[in-house]
Amino acid sequence: MGRTIGEVVLDLNNVSLSFGGVKALSDISFDVREHEVRAIIGPNGAGKSSMLNVINGVYRPQEGEIVLRGEHFSRMSPYKAAQSGIARTFQHIALFKGMSVLDNIMTGRTLKMKSNLVQQAFRLGPAWREELEHRAKVEEIIDFLEIQHIRKTPVGRLPYGLQKRVDLGRALAMEPQILLLDEPMAGMNVEEKQDMSRFILDVNDQLGTTIVLIEHDMGVVMDISDRVVVLDYGKKIGDGTPDEVRSNEEVISAYLGASH
Amino acid sequence: MLYRENGQFKSSYAADQQIFPIVQDRWAILGIVAFAFAAVPLLANEYLLSAILVPFLILALAALGVNLLVGYCGQITLGAGAFMAVGAYAAYNFFIRVDGMPLLAALLLGGLTAAAVGIVFGVPSLRVRGLYLAVATLAAQFLADWAFLRIKWFTNDSPSGSVSVANLHVLGWKIDSPVDRYLLCLAVLVVFALLAKNMVRSAIGRQWMAIRDMDVAAEVIGIRPMFAKLSAFAVSSFIVGVAGALWGFIHLSSWEPAAFSVDRSFQLLFMVIIGGMGSIMGSFFGAAFIVVLPIFLNQFLPWLGGLVGLAVSTATVSHAEFMIFGVLIVFFLIVEPHGLARLWSIGKEKLRLWPFPH
Repeated sequence: MGRTIGEVVLDLNNVSLSFGGVKALSDISFDVREHEVRAIIGPNGAGKSSMLNVINGVYRPQEGEIVLRGEHFSRMSPYKAAQSGIARTFQHIALFKGMSVLDNIMTGRTLKMKSNLVQQAFRLGPAWREELEHRAKVEEIIDFLEIQHIRKTPVGRLPYGLQKRVDLGRALAMEPQILLLDEPMAGMNVEEKQDMSRFILDVNDQLGTTIVLIEHDMGVVMDISDRVVVLDYGKKIGDGTPDEVRSNEEVISAYLGASH
Repeated sequence: MLYRENGQFKSSYAADQQIFPIVQDRWAILGIVAFAFAAVPLLANEYLLSAILVPFLILALAALGVNLLVGYCGQITLGAGAFMAVGAYAAYNFFIRVDGMPLLAALLLGGLTAAAVGIVFGVPSLRVRGLYLAVATLAAQFLADWAFLRIKWFTNDSPSGSVSVANLHVLGWKIDSPVDRYLLCLAVLVVFALLAKNMVRSAIGRQWMAIRDMDVAAEVIGIRPMFAKLSAFAVSSFIVGVAGALWGFIHLSSWEPAAFSVDRSFQLLFMVIIGGMGSIMGSFFGAAFIVVLPIFLNQFLPWLGGLVGLAVSTATVSHAEFMIFGVLIVFFLIVEPHGLARLWSIGKEKLRLWPFPH
């Protein structure tokens, strides 16, 4: 691979999150290095999605902090996260159902579009040029994801596997430095999983995007990730390379159950 | 000519992003607009112009404004009547209090005032949604009803809250006859429809729709819900305010607060629901349906009664009108919840493939 794993870009320090009396995350710390594929695994309800929601500011942790390229945040906001180059996809598809594939991916360019409302209403030069420039960028993403044939289709009409791909496309349109993927392969067949893995590796390899990935398919996780963090009941029980995690006693017992 | 797009190749993104990418559509729309400007004033009589077409055009404009907010941004509102009232009374005050204020400027200032009020009443949308937001916007309606009846300054100290305007000019053109009124309303509607279409196919429109469809995902992409929602309220109220000012100045020419009651708000919301949420064309269909259908039934029922030898009294007609109208609304909501605009687009899809649908 042409990429080299660099410095720590994202560092989570002692993050705790609870909803009322329910502790979703307790005292979790891990880091993500530049250009790596970092997987988060764990049984259902382990707090994996909550972890992503903390990273991009949808949830506000009660304790702990997020360090993003040396900048400390005790509370991240979704807008701030987006501005800092964090994009994400969703476990349950969260596309804009009434809009076409093209428009969905175009919304990913929101932060990069600078023209104002009046310019857009009158279709003045700057707004018009900007629209065309971003259209060209979005078409590159459409080519990359091989979804040219459905660009004008409303996403609500697409099959699940393609919707997942559009979701990835919308995140890629932000040209993120860090891409959070929440179960990108859930509910897919083997072929779709292979396609998705290929897209993820290509993004990581060609664009150098750092990837934080939640996935249940252990085969995929062990294959494509550089380092894995394991959560169980909101606690971190393992962290390391796929091989280290695979042989970790605690991880094995969390997944297979311990003998008593 | 068949409705086909064979051979119409796009070789640039600019060509692909036109409002009407299909050549036939472009000609049809141009034809309709030309017909509306050139032929209708010659063909239509005074009754048709001032009792049907002018109200239709103005309410279509208001429905367009409501559709931007409800259909595109997903923020339900029951305060449209209030924003029309604000537009009308603000335009009135600018018109009579500022010497030499041109009519168009007064209309636009009325719209801007409505936009400002719309932003204020849009603030609850940042916290509540759905039915709760509907109730919060209803507050605008009651406040407007009260303010224009009780605060005498707004109505230039007229005792009943009734105000009137006369002597209207646009750039030296005296707005006097029904044809003048019709042409002015048509021109305003065409301009605003074009601006609205431009907005919904630009970044701002995508932000509104993103908030409507999935607000969490929109926020994660970097859309600020506050900006998206309040801008939708502002633009929508601006257009509704201009429509209100036209309603007062051009259609009624003397009016009182009851002209913009809560009934009006409901009427506009129904237009959007029946016409098609999230469709510019749908606003026109909805307005046509609600303005024209009662008048049509009014004429049609006595004729139908005469056909079977039954004398239908005026009272019966107006009762039947309500009932048939209600039934049709329920029918449409069940058969096509996405409104007349959806039926229209399904028809067009079918026509593209006709007569070989496979």
